[in-house]
Amino acid sequence: MDGTITKPAAATPAPLPAETALPRPPTVLQRVVSHPGLVAGLVLLGLCVGMALLAPLASPHDPYEQSLGQGLIPPVWYEKGSWAHPLGTDNLGRDYLSRVLYGARISLLIGVSVMLISGLIGTVLGLVAGYFGGRTDLVVSFVITARLAMPVVLVALAVVAMIGGSLLVVILTLGLLKWDRFAVVMRSATMQVRALDYVAAAEAAGAGRLRVLAGEILPNVFPHLIVVATVEAGSAILLEAALSFLGLGVQPPLPSWGLMIAEAKSFMFFSFWLIAMPGTALAALVLGVNLVGDGLRDVFAPEGRA
Amino acid sequence: MLAYALKRLGLAILVALFVSAVAFALLRLSGDPALAIAGDGAREADIELVRKTYGLDRPLAVQYLDWLATMLKGDLGQSLYFKTDVWGLVAGKLPVTFIIGGLAILFALALSIPLGVLAAVFAGTWLDRAALVIAVVGQALPTFFFALVLMMLFSINLRWLPVSGSDTWAHFVMPTIALGYYVTPPIMRLVRAGMIEVLGSDYIRTARAKGLSGTSVVLKHGLRNAVVPVVALSAVQLGYLLGGSIVIETVFALDGLGYLAFQSITHKDFPVTQAVLLLLALIYVLLTLAADLLNAFLDPRIRVA
Repeated sequence: MDGTITKPAAATPAPLPAETALPRPPTVLQRVVSHPGLVAGLVLLGLCVGMALLAPLASPHDPYEQSLGQGLIPPVWYEKGSWAHPLGTDNLGRDYLSRVLYGARISLLIGVSVMLISGLIGTVLGLVAGYFGGRTDLVVSFVITARLAMPVVLVALAVVAMIGGSLLVVILTLGLLKWDRFAVVMRSATMQVRALDYVAAAEAAGAGRLRVLAGEILPNVFPHLIVVATVEAGSAILLEAALSFLGLGVQPPLPSWGLMIAEAKSFMFFSFWLIAMPGTALAALVLGVNLVGDGLRDVFAPEGRA
Repeated sequence: MLAYALKRLGLAILVALFVSAVAFALLRLSGDPALAIAGDGAREADIELVRKTYGLDRPLAVQYLDWLATMLKGDLGQSLYFKTDVWGLVAGKLPVTFIIGGLAILFALALSIPLGVLAAVFAGTWLDRAALVIAVVGQALPTFFFALVLMMLFSINLRWLPVSGSDTWAHFVMPTIALGYYVTPPIMRLVRAGMIEVLGSDYIRTARAKGLSGTSVVLKHGLRNAVVPVVALSAVQLGYLLGGSIVIETVFALDGLGYLAFQSITHKDFPVTQAVLLLLALIYVLLTLAADLLNAFLDPRIRVA
């Protein structure tokens, strides 16, 4: 990816004659820094990754440790709160700050692994359909259409209900369901790149199909892939939260943000912060991921946005 | 146009058949249906009898074709949990889901079209940025969390709206907002992008040169052309809405198809799950078919491709 993106900037060191000199095109780093949305997204995402990495150090308590006498303590800024539990405790007396911190690990794990599985399936399907065209394309397009006709939430709920909820089952189910956008985007991007001269040149030079796909086409559709991957990671995180919220996702006592909201639902009238914390964390993480995705699209294709 | 329509119709039928096979296979993998029908603690002989009576000992392909044939006659079987006819059960829940879906897409269009147009006309200003923030936040907000926040605000604190149920129109306000906001961002982005492209085109410059007023140019000449792809996207989003309504209907205990689907899944009532999955897929296939045909009608270039 680096090679294709930085080439234009790196290829201009030779000083041009003064009268024809053009302003140097901004480097990738300059474009990133001058994009407020992307910077905000990176900050939010960095915060969440930091929470996940530092959870063992930053957590004041064990996220699984229950103490029944200490249930439903409000956060420290309420009158009854205390610094022993900065964000209070849930109904089982578990320290809420620790659970919110550890929850970042689950959401990030889901986002990344679902993205990798669905990304692999969708990219292969899209590349093959876009490159070979014809009957292959017909079959792949048909499978994509059929997949789109089935609501992800319903199928995922049914599958998790029959196999039994666990982190692994949720990851595999979502990974096997969410490849559609990868396939759609990769297919059309491959079709565009396939018609370009350097692909024809590689073919004329005797490169095999696999070599053309992996060496010529994939690197050139990579920016599209990165953008879809971020957006899909965000949507996978939201889906896991929804499944866990409905009780058919990650199972207790894991501190999944969606599950924490479900567990707090019976107390929401009196202790709304129990829902507000994981909910805000979830929204902030997905917002960060989506902003990074949007920003990368602008950085990769600055002419794409008016 | 006719050739295109027939081709598109053929594809829709194939997709529907394919989905029905997947639905059948998926729910068959969920465990032994004979066991589910016989109930807990049934003897081996009873289970064998159930298998014979329901024809569950035949090859899967035969069972599928048989199931498809009875289904096409309008017989979706019996619910294992509710102990009633599945078709009657499902049909009774359809109106609520259609009302929410319809209201939510109307809400989304009412929000996204004006915002998208304003964002495009005033591109780069604070108005554009505000619209972008609304879109970006909408995409990141978990629907169920947003629904609970609305509930807390309007039902508990302000006491304006009922918490849950589906008895009066007031019950539909929060589900409409929660579900509608969820599909607003993609529509708004498309309207904005379409308007920016159209407003930069030659015929808009001609219209302006003729001395037409700004509003007239934007609305009559611009929006009319920018709105064509929105039709197709709205149909797709309506399909997503029906899927997303599983979560929202469960949160608000709305007695619709989504809540029924959730109940059937938790009670392992596979004939009902199968029926809802098929019905939602069928609705999606019909919606996209209608959208494609409407698009081809509006834009002749599509018919050739």
